[in-house]
Amino acid sequence: MAAKKNGPVIALGAVLAAGLAAPLVTGSPLGFYLEVLIGGLMAGVLYSLVALGFVLIFKASGVFNFAQGAMVLFAALALARLAEWLPAWIGIPAGFPALTLAFVLAAGIMVGLAWVIERIVLRPLVAQDPVALLMATLGVTFFLDGFGQTIWGSDIYKIDLGISKDPTMILESMFQGGILVSKEDLIAAVIAAGLVILLALFFQKTATGRALRAVADDHQAAQSIGIPLNRIWVIVWAVAGFVALVAGMVWGAKLGVQFSLAQLALKALPVVILGGFTSIPGAIIGGLIIGVGEKMAEVFLGPPLVKMWDLAGGGIENWFAYVLALLFLMVRPEGLFGEKHIDRV
Amino acid sequence: MKLRISIAAAAVAAVTGALAPAGAAFAQAKEQFFPVLSYRTGAYAPNGVPFANGYVDYLKLINARDGGINGVKATWEECETGYATDRGVECYERLKGKGPTGATVVHTLSTGITFALTDKSFTDKIPIITAGYGRADSVDGQVFKWNFPLGGTYWGAADMLVQHIGKKEGGLDKLKGKKIALVYHDSPYGKEPIALLQERAKMHGYDLSLLPVTHPGVEQKATWLQIRQNRPDYVFLWGWGVMNSTAIKEAVAVGYPRDKMYGVWWAGAEPDVRPAGDGAKGYNALTFMAPAGIGKVHQDVIKFVHDKGQGTGPKNEVGEVLYNRGLVAAMMSVEGVKRAQTKYGKKPLKGEEVQWGLENLALDQKALAAIGFAGFADPISTSCVDHEGGSSARIHTWDGSKWVVGPDRYTADQQIIKPMIKASAAKYAQEKKIAVRDCAKELASSK
Repeated sequence: MAAKKNGPVIALGAVLAAGLAAPLVTGSPLGFYLEVLIGGLMAGVLYSLVALGFVLIFKASGVFNFAQGAMVLFAALALARLAEWLPAWIGIPAGFPALTLAFVLAAGIMVGLAWVIERIVLRPLVAQDPVALLMATLGVTFFLDGFGQTIWGSDIYKIDLGISKDPTMILESMFQGGILVSKEDLIAAVIAAGLVILLALFFQKTATGRALRAVADDHQAAQSIGIPLNRIWVIVWAVAGFVALVAGMVWGAKLGVQFSLAQLALKALPVVILGGFTSIPGAIIGGLIIGVGEKMAEVFLGPPLVKMWDLAGGGIENWFAYVLALLFLMVRPEGLFGEKHIDRV
Repeated sequence: MKLRISIAAAAVAAVTGALAPAGAAFAQAKEQFFPVLSYRTGAYAPNGVPFANGYVDYLKLINARDGGINGVKATWEECETGYATDRGVECYERLKGKGPTGATVVHTLSTGITFALTDKSFTDKIPIITAGYGRADSVDGQVFKWNFPLGGTYWGAADMLVQHIGKKEGGLDKLKGKKIALVYHDSPYGKEPIALLQERAKMHGYDLSLLPVTHPGVEQKATWLQIRQNRPDYVFLWGWGVMNSTAIKEAVAVGYPRDKMYGVWWAGAEPDVRPAGDGAKGYNALTFMAPAGIGKVHQDVIKFVHDKGQGTGPKNEVGEVLYNRGLVAAMMSVEGVKRAQTKYGKKPLKGEEVQWGLENLALDQKALAAIGFAGFADPISTSCVDHEGGSSARIHTWDGSKWVVGPDRYTADQQIIKPMIKASAAKYAQEKKIAVRDCAKELASSK
């Protein structure tokens, strides 16, 4: 009975597993295959970092925060520009000391932003239709995108974490030329893991975290036992702002801080669709599946498709992520780890 | 009676008031209006801002130093396109009717917007200058009356890059069996050079692989893993904005040598290399028209514009690659007007009249030196048949702090390009049902 119920999920899993193994069967070198796989996993970690912000806010308030990508850009811009300006302003040494202080200040700015959003945008919309809240976050997105560039600038800014950009090769004795691993990506993965552990501890072990979980489970019940909803919302938006800052720092160090970060951050949408809107592990696993899926598709699926049907060509990784998310949506609407929605009749 | 007088007085006052601005407009009518389609925000802002600053600074210089274009004051209005075709068309529609004679000439600053506006140009009769970009087939003035890809097209750029690496290898015949990868922006801009590179591949026997990068170009891991796997002998980079610096960073990440990378002239400015830090050392790109540096025109811009507190952007960007290209683009607009004034008089001109000026440009070294562009622009000589007016470029290399211009100058091989232009333009004319101009007849009738 259970197998029959889970049939579509199992079938989809089988198709994806077959797709994952197909390049090896069709003769792609194992070393290259592993490189693409690792590259996909590392990209997935970065998507997960942003997806975490989406999940946090959705869990605690039921709001789908479309502005999470814009928050990543805003936080990264604040960090990069403050690290650049602080040495001239207060005479602090450039480099790590300035970056550390800039991080603290940027975190403060994100907390302030959370408070302003709660006061001006969310509070007047309490008990409104979820679509109204979604539209409000869309408005916040455009505001932050534009306002961020107005005050911080629209050039490409650097965040220097002091990580070597040179490639690192592993398993050189097994594969010709070795397998490429990026130190930046590895450190990003470690930071993401650290952040997840930190969030888990915060949710499980602190009174505020437990209050957040209570609000997530049932707003009205939480309010009835004296948990202040507004304060909780400020906290959760502040935590999401902090997550955005960490994501912005890692991405900014890798790609440079520029407007495109906000667009890239929207890659977290298929991640949360796939992983489930309410699940932190879902954000992580979803990110990894999307990261691997899109890189594999771009490298191994796109070129043969173009050749076979004489297509015009073009990058496929951008839309392939959404195809994957759609497939999951069809067989498991609540996502891999999302809570199943049951209505009592 | 008193009431009637009051009403009459009020009516007179109202009419006088209403007419006053019109009178002022007539008084100010000796103006030439330039729409400025720019992008100062968004993914391509790092490249769009210095170009726009250079363009506007030159118009300011013309007014401040020369008192306008032969006494006709240059006016302009910027509109933010965000490098998006729909917003570009919207900006064009908003600005095309402004000024006493409407828009003089439009620089689309985007191949996508160029494609969209080309169709409109036949009815709007406003020239489109696409210096170093746009559609390559618009060189053919017999079909594309209103388009002016002055100084170069992407087919020319791709041709010159192949010539350069052919020279490096010891001859074009040595390219046989070599592997060239084109990493391109997945847009009309990025796709433009493909036809020429494929044509050259047939001729010289090199293996061309096409690696598209989707907008805005910050995700290139898969692309560069393929490059690491295939180890092409050369990578041609056809990017714009943040895509360029990301490509260089990814090249560092996979250990692909930067000295084997060659960017088009829109992938060879300071915002493309600085974010990559030391990793960009050795990276090459074509330089079109204006390399980085300070010449007479820059000194004038500093003296008449920046030192008067009128500079559009920061003073230290004067002389950078994209700023210079903005200056050159504005110079082309102004010289087109000046040339048209020789036929139509020193007054505000319509787009249709400026089209004649642009089609009869004769800017040789001497003329360029006279306007302060010696060493910062190449001669342009256009005609009814040829709307490009010459195409040459050099290679410059980033040494970690500045661009170093190489000694060789390349000229696009017209024997290869012309038949391609003819075929593509003829196809366009047929599709759009455009009457092809008879340039010989037009020339004879104008004499």
